Amino acid sequence: MTENLRSEDYQRRADTLTGWPVKIVSYRIGETHYCHIDNVSPGATIARANAASREEAEEEAIAKAAGRLEKTRRRS
Amino acid sequence: MQDYAHPESVVGTEWVAGNKDNEDVVVVEVDVDTGGYDEGHVPGAIGWNWSEQLCDQVVRDILPKAEMEELLASSGISNDTTVVLYGDNNNWFAAWAFWQMKIYGHDKVSIMNGGRGKWLEEGREISTEIPTPGAAEYSAAEADNSLRSFLPAVQEAVGGGVDMVDVRSPEEYSGEILAPPGLPETCQRGGHVPGARSIPWGLACNEDGTFKSREELADLYSSRGISGERPVIAYCRIGERSSHTWFVLKYLLGLDGVTNYDGSWTEYGNLVGVDVERGEG
Repeated sequence: MTENLRSEDYQRRADTLTGWPVKIVSYRIGETHYCHIDNVSPGATIARANAASREEAEEEAIAKAAGRLEKTRRRS
Repeated sequence: MQDYAHPESVVGTEWVAGNKDNEDVVVVEVDVDTGGYDEGHVPGAIGWNWSEQLCDQVVRDILPKAEMEELLASSGISNDTTVVLYGDNNNWFAAWAFWQMKIYGHDKVSIMNGGRGKWLEEGREISTEIPTPGAAEYSAAEADNSLRSFLPAVQEAVGGGVDMVDVRSPEEYSGEILAPPGLPETCQRGGHVPGARSIPWGLACNEDGTFKSREELADLYSSRGISGERPVIAYCRIGERSSHTWFVLKYLLGLDGVTNYDGSWTEYGNLVGVDVERGEG
């Protein structure tokens, strides 16, 4: 039986990446920090990362998200 | 749960926490991001992968009856089990699983209000342990396709008499983009089904992922022309976001005659020789 954990330091904020609105969620489970980035509309996770610190997890997730969002082309 | 039309279809995080040892209850996590479950989940919750376990792997279709029976039985779910579904992104794919379970006649199934995000935000107990449920027996009903719409019904609806609800983002509805930002699946044409109204699915949720009140939901849909006096067909890109709106309209507001068009825009937007509309509508 493994010991159950809790998520801690849960944060969410709105931001803009490469012109697209996103929601950045981060939290810690045990010693691991997680970051998920959602496109606000429709609200699907487009990138996530985990690392030893919140800053590292967010930096990695933001880089992944920006790369994916850049490929979305607006059509006139 | 509030004064929803079918209050038994939604349970709170507190209820789930209080029933974690209830042997009559099986909790299932279904995420958009299929890796979320492995980070940690509601203790005892089973994880279903929507892309592998909730659709036919050959034909584009929902899970066949026999495979649904196998999935439920192997998850320790029998016909009498109370199933609680939850997931990330405001229960987007939890609603997809709910819709399929209703198609196959499961009675006692509900959605955990606020989903995975609310559970984490509240700092509730989580586990990385993968449960190994004992096998159960499950006998599904024949698929109730009155909960679905197929392409012929949608094409007929273009002529009137039915309210079409496009639950995608405004940019997808207008044709400005062909797929949600950052996601790859696309279609040949941007736009929407002629006559469809744009009511993005996420408008039904609060910031914390919980469903808005019945009064707020009634205002939202009635202000955009959905009164429930006519049949409603909800669609999105592949039918999952629209299963969320289907759930809201049918179970929270109590509208009859609501169906989910799971072919959605990836079917309609790829048809040859069929008119689409563009612009904000």
